[in-house]
Amino acid sequence: MRLRSRSLVVGAVISATMVSVAGVSLAWTPYPPTAIDIVHKLAAPSPTHPFGTDHLGRDVLSMIMAGASSSLSVALIAVVVGAGLGVPLGAFAAARGGWIDDLTMRGCDLAFAFPALLTAVMITALAGPGAGNAMLAIGIFNIPVFARITRSAARQVWGRDFVLAARTAGRGDIGITVVHVLPNIAPVLVVQITIQFALAIVADAGLSYVGLGTQPPFPSWGRMLNDAQTFIWRAPLLAVFPGVAITLAVLGLNLLGDGLQDVLDPRLRRGR
Amino acid sequence: MLGYLLRRLTILLATLLAASLVVFVVLQALPGDPAALILGTGAREDTLAALRHQLGLDAPLWWRYATWIGGLSVGDLGTSFTYHVPVAELVRQRVLVSLPLAAFAIALSTLIAIPVGVAAAARRGGAVDTGVMGVAQIGVALPNFWLGLLLILLFAIRLPWLPASGFPGWDAGAWAGFRALILPAVALALPQAAILARVTRAAVIDTLGEDFVRTARAKGLTRRAALWRHAVPNALIPVVTLIGLQFSFLLAGTVIIENVFTLPGLGRLVFQAIAQRDLIVVQDLVVLLAGSVIIVNFIVDLVAAWIDPRLRRVGA
Repeated sequence: MRLRSRSLVVGAVISATMVSVAGVSLAWTPYPPTAIDIVHKLAAPSPTHPFGTDHLGRDVLSMIMAGASSSLSVALIAVVVGAGLGVPLGAFAAARGGWIDDLTMRGCDLAFAFPALLTAVMITALAGPGAGNAMLAIGIFNIPVFARITRSAARQVWGRDFVLAARTAGRGDIGITVVHVLPNIAPVLVVQITIQFALAIVADAGLSYVGLGTQPPFPSWGRMLNDAQTFIWRAPLLAVFPGVAITLAVLGLNLLGDGLQDVLDPRLRRGR
Repeated sequence: MLGYLLRRLTILLATLLAASLVVFVVLQALPGDPAALILGTGAREDTLAALRHQLGLDAPLWWRYATWIGGLSVGDLGTSFTYHVPVAELVRQRVLVSLPLAAFAIALSTLIAIPVGVAAAARRGGAVDTGVMGVAQIGVALPNFWLGLLLILLFAIRLPWLPASGFPGWDAGAWAGFRALILPAVALALPQAAILARVTRAAVIDTLGEDFVRTARAKGLTRRAALWRHAVPNALIPVVTLIGLQFSFLLAGTVIIENVFTLPGLGRLVFQAIAQRDLIVVQDLVVLLAGSVIIVNFIVDLVAAWIDPRLRRVGA
């Protein structure tokens, strides 16, 4: 428990820092993240440019900050799409049971057969690269994840006595789902949201690395890594900072998820 | 077991068919006319129509789906729009890169994760456990394509031991080909190994608390023997299932990793085919990849049912 609450604190601190950096970048960055300054290209870290400059002389720190805002907003929308459609779908399947439930779950099985990132690449490439399509492509793959976890957690709640009591008192499926089921499965969903948020950040970075996510000139961590690879012989540090940013964001969310899981759902504490 | 096998085979075929239908429909629904892309923006409408006819794009949808599936079932994947060669031939060349890469990565990840996970579980709360789980926590967060870049930086640039990118082909000798796959395989394997080690540890800790392990200890087995002979085999099912699931992540990972290391594998092929709107290649590849995920998970379920007869009863 002590160890776990420590991961909750560390995870919360890292995640909060990421969110603040993203927020601050909207109003202020040391330099405009898109300002080109060819004279000072590929500069090493210095007091004027703490993380150095890239091949166009853009300030890397400013780009990382702006990258946080694009990465977090893509991930946020992707998770909202996934949870917004997946949770009602899973709750509906659990409430109805029978063939509706079977059909929904077979559909989820089918969706899991498609490697998520590959299909996201396909969708963004064919529908047109950009942050909007990246959000949708990643979001679509969150739908079955949320549907499945909501359904299995909700099924357990549906078997409880207080649901039977509510039923006897005359509540319908929707009423029971809203009043009894969702509040009881909220902890599971919150934990899943942090996990999917982390995965979405990696997926977004992957898509923008191959040029399909957030489009230049707006900075993204994946794009920065791709640019850095071209100059990896001359400026190896350029390949380090964006990767550290992605890893930190994901690590923070994972720790937060682990911590939340133990605090919100003590039954799962055993064995992990 | 035979009844179980037949039931699962039926579901397998239905899933494969459904997957192919999904891919076909999605690709038709997405914008982008291959004929217009091949001929460029200045093409005249009648040339476009002629090309569409030549590519078979003007046939009714159901007919195109039926001929595609009919071809697939006898191993005819159609002809690439841009390379003008049978897709099966393109796939055959690329598979010789992607399959060894994936197998190498899975083997590496399993060989690292299982001993490490068991060791951490055996000394739960100890220094090894804390250290290993700390490293695993970071490993899970590492995006594999960045790890790939770091490996290039370390083992190709700082220490010029391994090639930074490219693939010489197996004709250049098995060792030269293998060398080119080491860094990409490690980049793919380490984040997977971190996840697998965590799951192995949790599964072993779970079984260590079971009655049969206590019985084994009570009848006089050493801790070590009880661990390896009773706890570990019983903890393997979630681990094997996860290895199957990771196969899917790995395939998706190769799309990006093959771009990082410029390897001429299926991932790069699918990427180029998407860029050139070579729909038939995209369609074939996505179905092949999804199909292999479905089949691998089918085999994993069979292995699990073989390890644990109780699973054969499960209806779902």
